[in-house]
Amino acid sequence: MTIQQEAGREVGRPRKRKEDARLLTGRSRWTDNLSRPGMLHVMFLRSPMAHARITRVDVSGARGLPGVVAAFSGQDFAAEQGSLPCAWPVSEDIVIPDHPPMAVSEVRYVGEAVACVVATDRYRAADALEAIEVDYEPLPAVLDMKQALTADSPKVHEAGNKAFSVKINSGDIEAAFRDAPIIIDRTYRQQRLIPCAMEPRAVLADTDGDTFTVWSATQIPHILRVMLAVVTGIPEHQIRVIAPDVGGGFGSKLQVTAEEVLCLLMARKLGKPVKWAESRSEGNLTVHHGRDQIQHIRLAADADGRIRGLQVDLLADMGAYLMLVTPGIPMLGASMFNAIYKMDAYEFGCTGVFTTKMPTDAYRGAGRPEATFAIERVMDELAAELHMDPLEVRRRNWIKHEEFPYTTISGLTYDSGNYEAATDKATAMFGYDKLRAEQADRRDRGDPVQLGIGVSTYTEMCGLAPSRMLGEANYAAGGWEHGAVRMLPSGKVEVITGTSPHGQGHVTAWSQIVADALGVPFEDVTVLHGDTAIAHKGMDTYGSRSLVIGGIAVLKACEKVRDKARKLAAHVLECSPDDLEFEAGAFKVRGTESQKTMQELAWAAFTAHDLPDGVEARLDSDATFDPENYSFPHGTHLCAVEVDTETGMVKIRSYVAVDDVGKVVNPLIVEGQVHGGIAQGIGQALFEEAVYDAEGNLLTTTLADYLLPSAADLPPFSLDRTESPATSNPLGVKGVGEAGTIASTPAVVNAVVDALRPFGIHDIEMPCTPERVWRAVSEAQEGVRR
Amino acid sequence: MIPAQFDYVRPESLSEASQVLASDEDAKVLAGGQSLLPLLRLRLAYPSTLVDVGRLPELKGVHDRGDHVFIGAMATHDEVMRSDVVRAGCPLVAMAAAHVADPAIRHRGTFGGSLAHADPAGDLPAVVLALDGVFVARSAQGEREIPAAEFFVDYWESSLGPGEILAGVKIPKLGEGWGFQYEKFHRTAQAWAIVGVAAAVKRSNGAITEARIGLTNMGPTPLRARATETALQGMELGDQLRQACEEAAADTSPPADLHAQPDYRRHLARVLTHRAVRTAAGAP
Repeated sequence: MTIQQEAGREVGRPRKRKEDARLLTGRSRWTDNLSRPGMLHVMFLRSPMAHARITRVDVSGARGLPGVVAAFSGQDFAAEQGSLPCAWPVSEDIVIPDHPPMAVSEVRYVGEAVACVVATDRYRAADALEAIEVDYEPLPAVLDMKQALTADSPKVHEAGNKAFSVKINSGDIEAAFRDAPIIIDRTYRQQRLIPCAMEPRAVLADTDGDTFTVWSATQIPHILRVMLAVVTGIPEHQIRVIAPDVGGGFGSKLQVTAEEVLCLLMARKLGKPVKWAESRSEGNLTVHHGRDQIQHIRLAADADGRIRGLQVDLLADMGAYLMLVTPGIPMLGASMFNAIYKMDAYEFGCTGVFTTKMPTDAYRGAGRPEATFAIERVMDELAAELHMDPLEVRRRNWIKHEEFPYTTISGLTYDSGNYEAATDKATAMFGYDKLRAEQADRRDRGDPVQLGIGVSTYTEMCGLAPSRMLGEANYAAGGWEHGAVRMLPSGKVEVITGTSPHGQGHVTAWSQIVADALGVPFEDVTVLHGDTAIAHKGMDTYGSRSLVIGGIAVLKACEKVRDKARKLAAHVLECSPDDLEFEAGAFKVRGTESQKTMQELAWAAFTAHDLPDGVEARLDSDATFDPENYSFPHGTHLCAVEVDTETGMVKIRSYVAVDDVGKVVNPLIVEGQVHGGIAQGIGQALFEEAVYDAEGNLLTTTLADYLLPSAADLPPFSLDRTESPATSNPLGVKGVGEAGTIASTPAVVNAVVDALRPFGIHDIEMPCTPERVWRAVSEAQEGVRR
Repeated sequence: MIPAQFDYVRPESLSEASQVLASDEDAKVLAGGQSLLPLLRLRLAYPSTLVDVGRLPELKGVHDRGDHVFIGAMATHDEVMRSDVVRAGCPLVAMAAAHVADPAIRHRGTFGGSLAHADPAGDLPAVVLALDGVFVARSAQGEREIPAAEFFVDYWESSLGPGEILAGVKIPKLGEGWGFQYEKFHRTAQAWAIVGVAAAVKRSNGAITEARIGLTNMGPTPLRARATETALQGMELGDQLRQACEEAAADTSPPADLHAQPDYRRHLARVLTHRAVRTAAGAP
């Protein structure tokens, strides 16, 4: 990756992360590492039935066992547990069913908590779970979305299986499809995924009688605090939430979970600290899942490949309940199916469906990977239909760089981008023409190992989000972010951010921003976060928003501090503020040698011996930032796969990614995000799938059955960037947390399908397992023989 | 999950270990723990006592015994794959050991533990079966030798009796003219074999004089592809090899699971046997 950096500036430097020495040497503080005097341990008994009426729960057998302090059923919490929140009622017709943290009368997915034991240690709690008796009266499982919507389907909830429906129109869709020379009509399945963050969830709740402290492996301490207050009725000012070190989330910790609520309630009931930590298998069952959509997509085009219109109809599996942003996930993709392409008309429809499975919710990319997959797959199908190169059909349709800012058919305004530049760079790095020649040769020879080339020219909307737009989308909160900066007496800098890093490296990146803005050394900056008593205001971390919004809030706070410092410097140096120039961390009187450094001014503010009138004894400030628009990273990803047509095995041979994430604060962190993102997208393309059996039991409860790719399964990635600065924030940054995941899945699947086109194959369902590939090839060959 | 309560003993001698096992049918041998501990954690096994055999000197090491290599039950996979004695005397074992799971597991997991666990999806059972290894079991009654063909009984079931402990395995040295290959087909590097094929092929004057083929995960036990072994005899390298390997899935009863259906496994067995035989026979 080429690294461009301005001399003397921290922003743009590939700084190693400040966080890593501590994390890599085991001095981290995960929630499960925390201990409180007298701490008790809770374990949950979970439903083995996908759908059943609970007719009896008897916890008395557990109560007398050694070490057991308490045992509870849903009935014991019924009066106080409230309903887990859904903050995104996306439509007028939405049905938000009651969602008790512990099931009281009915269970609706395997893994739903029905009882729990609190004991002096985890082993005794686990033993005592086996002494709890639960009687279930089975009800029919509801597993298939299409069947769930039929009139005679059993119901997940009394009100029926439809959660909501949405329709969006732009342009004359009928005209676009009428007499269109080419119509591509495809149905894709976005399989259900399990987020699998490295650190499983954990919660510790404690009380001193008046106030409650909840430590949780969460991405959203601030949202969690207000939601815990809403759900339990405990006044917000009596709840403090702390997210200690958090080991990854990928959206799965953007949630208000049953276990968080119940641990808090048990701490209140027992007056003691209560801790819960999940196992990996428990997590696979009960951490919200991702994706799970059936996408019907139709594209009308002219004979030269120009897109006339696009019609999208989604079925989105909500699972059994609507959790924090469950219904909003498919809606985050609603404006992205048209992607980087110009067209005359667009229609989007989505129906949310209840099933007796674990609820779905945000998973890295959240709605946008699904949309990007469908459009990028269909663009390849259009190219195949026209016998045109897939890059050429994209070129004919994409927004040209001179057309920015560009308002798309779905109504978003893309502020900046250069699809031509990213694509040119990517094809050169990839050796596109040479690989196409090799592919032709292998096809001619009938080589059992066929080469496929996959393209993904993606964009995404990042930086969630402008509060005004969230309001228009019916989201219950805003999208601003808060930052505070204070010069300590000795000239060091303490930064407080409302974002809640869980692996992103905010401490490092924010230090770089502050070092430039205040002219202080990178090493002199510390960043506090994740504790609502310290970082008192925030909207937390998800949706590639932290740098784009939170980083800018910190920058704005720095600017305010600098303005205060300027007044102070002018007073001390006995000049007008306008005579001062700020350079390398000092205010200099223009044309003289006189200056005051930020450190000297910090001390002056601290001693307050000589402050000008109206200036307080503080060199600190804070700011909130609320962007005017989303940001729109984009890029071109190219993937070459070798498909062994005898076994069906897909091997990625090379992968090139040229991403445009605007200005870059730390290229190392960006590279890491892109690497991890690509790997996760490849996971969806080739490996991962949450599988339920016909009774609604999750079969993929361990990592032996839910396959995650490791470094050994992935090729080296060749990365580069182009840089089209965002215009919606002063740093020109766009966010990079999700780009790799959004881009890579279609690139890989397009490559697999491309390898198999000579067999007449035009789709392989995800994940493209060797067995699926082999079956497709076998069927195609049998078809030829017949 | 958290395991249920169990007792733990660490005997200082094989006879002591065998006594504990003989007196308590719910006691289980703990070797490297790479299969047993996950079962405990998931509460799929409730042993009364774990008999830790990690300190028994008789089970350790890899020994050159002239006409065979003796691999102690407690030799780790990593030890086996790096052992000069194994690489020289029975290279197919070293090859397959290098395919077991990942480096962390190979440093903990043991050769004997993996075989005694008798998981037909494990990489080593098919290899030992193909090489006609002999299992050495010890108990209070003394030592018993069990031919590989009689050792594997069913899914996760061996012919070790109550009180018997696997001390090690004798792998006969095959001598000159043999070539070897282990083909493992799996979706991720750490995953179990969907199908594996262990091939040992002897050639003389260009023709195959003997072939031994072990199949991983093609039934409740590791299996030999006898029909293909017979068909290969006397065959020269060429297109007819593929024909002989079409019989590789005969008399197998492969499982159905999330990763593959039986018909796909049969197909893989044929393709992988052909590849393994070609490579073992030194085909270009």
